[in-house]
Amino acid sequence: MSVLDYFLRHPNEVLELTLEHLWLVGLSTLLAVAAGLPLGVLLTRRPAWSRAVLGGANLAQTVPSLALFGFLLTLPWLREQRADYLAILALTLYALLPIIRNTHAGISGVDPAVVEAGRGMGLTGRQLLFQVELPLAMGVILAGVRVAAVIGVGLATIAAAIGAGGLGEYIFRGVAMVNDQLILAGVLPAALLALGADFGLGLVEKRLRPAG
Amino acid sequence: MAEAASSVIEFRHASYALDSERALLRDLTLEVRRGETLVLLGRSGSGKTTTLKLINRLLEPTGGEVRVEGRATTDWDAIRLRRRIGYVIQEVGLFPHFTVARNIGLVPAVEGWPAERIEPRVRELLELVGLDPAWRGRYPRELSGGQRQRVGVARALAADPPILLLDEPFGALDPLTRAELQREFRQLQQRLAKTIVFVTHDLREALLLGARIALLEAGRLEGVYTPAEFLNSREGLAADYVAAFRAAEKTTSS
Repeated sequence: MSVLDYFLRHPNEVLELTLEHLWLVGLSTLLAVAAGLPLGVLLTRRPAWSRAVLGGANLAQTVPSLALFGFLLTLPWLREQRADYLAILALTLYALLPIIRNTHAGISGVDPAVVEAGRGMGLTGRQLLFQVELPLAMGVILAGVRVAAVIGVGLATIAAAIGAGGLGEYIFRGVAMVNDQLILAGVLPAALLALGADFGLGLVEKRLRPAG
Repeated sequence: MAEAASSVIEFRHASYALDSERALLRDLTLEVRRGETLVLLGRSGSGKTTTLKLINRLLEPTGGEVRVEGRATTDWDAIRLRRRIGYVIQEVGLFPHFTVARNIGLVPAVEGWPAERIEPRVRELLELVGLDPAWRGRYPRELSGGQRQRVGVARALAADPPILLLDEPFGALDPLTRAELQREFRQLQQRLAKTIVFVTHDLREALLLGARIALLEAGRLEGVYTPAEFLNSREGLAADYVAAFRAAEKTTSS
């Protein structure tokens, strides 16, 4: 039985798992942007904190993903939550580092003469951030979001290990049954999602990239 | 209050030090009179830029005080103070993602001017600095160095500030463009009657543009001279400057 046959025979199941996957990755990436972007900005204002914050985000990256998902299951209170929420929490932690790091790098990379001119003209910190620094750093920040989303698509397959659903279901099932077609049934849509996320965010990046 | 009326900027024993060992500026007492152009002359590291940044409070004095319009800079709201002071730097620092028009109109815009007032102001300023108003929609990267610096000057003048600070504004330009901008800047000075503090390391520029020249060396004020006094100095650092200047003239003319 080929993987194509499998898709044709189980279209609803494939679609459902793909949507679950999208939900896991999409929400975790959004949360990571919501937390990581302000944190990245904060680090440019409080350089003394950057070691602690970047170190913490780095630490989350170093925990093997299967273990991180497993750990969450053993924590009191957390283990009583829905499995997909746990998975989203873990995925958010993984997505944080590229977003914080790129926000920090993007803003630090803005030409100091431009920032000094802005300060000298009497822009407030907020005006400088929103009108000058963030727009000029946007390309680098979005590149970080892109990396986070693409990594997230791959990592989210492991969420199936804690019963959070997603395309990992096929992969784990395929591994257990030593069935390459079933593994492919998970891998192919995941690969398409990753490509789609990369392409879509690339379009956003192009649109938001400042002119000039 | 006659004193406050004539001196717009006043340094009273102002010092600036990074820490107890590294003083960039020591005990500077100097005043800039209303409507005059004071040139701060000195070599790299002499404290010129530090002096300038103390005026718009990009730096705060670590000793003494700096008064602008009779009030210590530290008593001013920094944002209000800076909006009364145009600022032009050598690297220009135009916002690369803004058009020429938006660069020039930024301070009026954040000051809350309506668009129909900003638009004619931008046009007026472009003409004032010798740029074709048709260039208003261009981005900084599409301009030459000289054109960028013209935009930089227009931007600094946008909200009609009474004080203008310029930090080696023509230093990065080729000699011909520099001479052209210096000439035009002289005309601009006469038309606008602003209080101007102009930083340079180039004696020729100082003599051309300054009503008075304050000579700085290693963070200390050596003296304040009119261009004629400076050229006639017989001793001290000013005389050394003139000697070096004359020697260079001689080599180039022979």
